[in-house]
Amino acid sequence: MLAPAFALGDVYDISVDRVTINTGEFEKEGIGYNGSSPGPVLRFKEGEDVTINVTNNLDEPTSIHWHGLILPFQMDGVPDISFVGIAPGETFTYEFPIVQTGTFWFHSHTGFQEPNGAYGAIVIEPEGREPFRYDRDYVVQLTDQHPHSGDRIMRNLKMMPDYYNRQQQTVGDFFEDVADEGFQAALADRMAWGDMRMMSSDVEDVQGFTALINGEGPEQNWTGLFKPGERIRLRFINSSAMTYFDIRIPGLEMTVVQADGNNVQPVKVGEFRIAVAETFDVIVQPKEDRAYTIFAESMGRSGYARGTLAPRQNMVAEVPELREPPELTMADMSGMPGMDHSNMEGMDHSNMKGMDHSNTEGMDHSNMKGMDHSNMEGMDHSNMGQGMSADSAGPSDPFYAEGSGLTPEAFNGGKFLSYADLRAQNPLYEDREPTREIELRLTGNMERYIWSINGVKYEDADPIRLQYGERVRFKLVNETMMSHPMHLHGMWSILDVGAGKWNPIKHTVSVAPGTTVYMETEVDAEGQWAFHCHLSYHADAGMFRKVVVEGGPGDEGWSEPTSAAQASTVKGSDS
Amino acid sequence: MRKKMLKVTASSLLLPALFTGSVLAQENTLAEKEPNVFYGLQMEELEYRYSDTDKELGVWNGDAFIGTDELKFRWITEGEYVLEERAFETLENQFVLQKPLWDFFDIKAGVRFDTPEGPNRTYGLIGLAGLAPYWFEVDTNFYVSEKGDTSFDVDIEYELLLTNYLILTPSADIDVAFSSDEEAGVGSGLSSTELGARLSYDLIDRAFSPYVGVVYERLYGKTEDFANEHGEDADGWFLTVGAKLLF
Ligand SMILES: [Cu+2]
Repeated sequence: MLAPAFALGDVYDISVDRVTINTGEFEKEGIGYNGSSPGPVLRFKEGEDVTINVTNNLDEPTSIHWHGLILPFQMDGVPDISFVGIAPGETFTYEFPIVQTGTFWFHSHTGFQEPNGAYGAIVIEPEGREPFRYDRDYVVQLTDQHPHSGDRIMRNLKMMPDYYNRQQQTVGDFFEDVADEGFQAALADRMAWGDMRMMSSDVEDVQGFTALINGEGPEQNWTGLFKPGERIRLRFINSSAMTYFDIRIPGLEMTVVQADGNNVQPVKVGEFRIAVAETFDVIVQPKEDRAYTIFAESMGRSGYARGTLAPRQNMVAEVPELREPPELTMADMSGMPGMDHSNMEGMDHSNMKGMDHSNTEGMDHSNMKGMDHSNMEGMDHSNMGQGMSADSAGPSDPFYAEGSGLTPEAFNGGKFLSYADLRAQNPLYEDREPTREIELRLTGNMERYIWSINGVKYEDADPIRLQYGERVRFKLVNETMMSHPMHLHGMWSILDVGAGKWNPIKHTVSVAPGTTVYMETEVDAEGQWAFHCHLSYHADAGMFRKVVVEGGPGDEGWSEPTSAAQASTVKGSDS
Repeated sequence: MRKKMLKVTASSLLLPALFTGSVLAQENTLAEKEPNVFYGLQMEELEYRYSDTDKELGVWNGDAFIGTDELKFRWITEGEYVLEERAFETLENQFVLQKPLWDFFDIKAGVRFDTPEGPNRTYGLIGLAGLAPYWFEVDTNFYVSEKGDTSFDVDIEYELLLTNYLILTPSADIDVAFSSDEEAGVGSGLSSTELGARLSYDLIDRAFSPYVGVVYERLYGKTEDFANEHGEDADGWFLTVGAKLLF
């Protein structure tokens, strides 16, 4: 039984350490790997069996989750689901085969260690050729470091959910709106939001961070070198705790070639949005002998990450200004139950911001097809792809509620990547009918900072039980006003963009407010897995589920990891 | 290294053999997530007051809590200390359990101890606290004293954002008694109101926000009469400087 059953692959050693993080704007105590945050870039090769020894040098438990990797569940690294975690002073050995290629990342799944700096990148080289060419290859790992520790942020959010929101509407904004729209319209808008005790500025829960690229803040300016004419592959990874980024490189067109580590049919874009936990690989080809700025604005415009591509060190290009912060509209509330706007008393739609097509600032209404709420409910994206060709112009995007304040618009009117543009390069799975549909409503009480699924927090919820071999269609209905990047461990999520077997395969699917998104999963991995919103504080506040896959071929061979079994493991590895 | 890994694997393979069919397998299953426990300390008002009759007061109003989303224990404390007399004009401590009732409102129940210079009182209380439509913070309580007197109070507060850091907070506290407690100086009916407006600036996050403000206090009806009998003013203006704290 103890005879080696694995091909001997590379051995990697990772230590989990207390580190100092310097963002260029502030210094803080954080957690890192091998003495730094971000940790090392792990370079694996498709087909190898890796052995990774993780030594916990902290005085608290830790864990490492290999984000997006397909592996045996005991190796997935989620405390209380895959294993009990790694005790202080212990070494835990992960061993699993590498069965995929692309860009991924790893991070702690314990407490708020991930927001505190415990993350690193993974690059997996393919065995064969890739369907695109490039001369250079850079990891661009985006993170958001905050002067406060994760625990403190969570406590502050619990005491005051708008603790970190410094983009709330002020008296001055009100008078500006009065000047723009008239007193009645401005008042009606404020009354509508006040009536619901919601805020149109609730785009980012946690502001006040410094955004970093590969651990370097805007002033420190991470730089990737190139020779003019070279094709550069940029592996964008959003490892931030709470921040979506809108990314552009002024002067360069980006060709998106991978999403979440899977090849997609190339899409040329001027800008793209990367949700927390997603990865996008793009190829750029700078031809001029000059510097280019990689500019990643947070979705709420409260901060930005900045790096540079340059032919030589210490060259810089102009850094753009942050655009105006977006404001949510009533369309972003359309997913809430009981939000039938047509008969909401006291709400005059003709006066509402975001409803008045002629007066609203910051929104291009020229492409809006009227605000007919009756068409919005239960918007079915499965029918979308057909009607929405990838190159359709304008800001309308089927993955945002019609009239949403969050609908991205590319700077200078270029193309902004939409999920609807993503097509798998080589479908991983045969397209087949789902065996059943599971509806998961993303819910919350923002005033109490409680986040939940189907109105139930993780601690009170039964696991989601799946049968090995089935194909489950998840219906994700966002009933909150915030975007949630939903991440299923261990199995791929086939995002329904209406492209049938060409639907892209992802590990993280962002669901915008007021929308319904479908994803399908071939249930091909037995064991226990996590499924959760990847915004750190939403996951901790309850938007999290355990998924149990039953009836697999090895069903006799695995059972839930137990504390006792794990304890003996830890003892064993210590001796 | 290699050896360690095999031990991990071995124990996970041995596991079913060890626990198959035993109840242990069920009971030893990894614990589900424990509810998060939070705590906090807030001083809504911590201030020096100077009255139109040259009276000087130290005043505070704050609370500390610990608990989960479902149940919190709160210690709510407020008092007015007359500086020259070195005496508490009011001194009130409440110990309450608080539980969500609706999306935006909590119900709370507990006891209140009034221990100013003068007669002590103990009350049972039941109240509601939360956020009303249009962003009004509301806190309201119903009290029954040890002597059987009943009373009611409501505090309402609104934060007007002049900027995202400079905040004007008007507030109103209203006390109503359903019976007289002459010894404690409270007459039945509307007994007192306190109106305030404080202009604060968030200097360190939201943890420390110094402010200046004005407060107008007024007694009514029999309560006013009781005060007059004791040679106290029935109304008064105050200038105030202080700070809000949130930890
Ligand atoms: Cu979320």
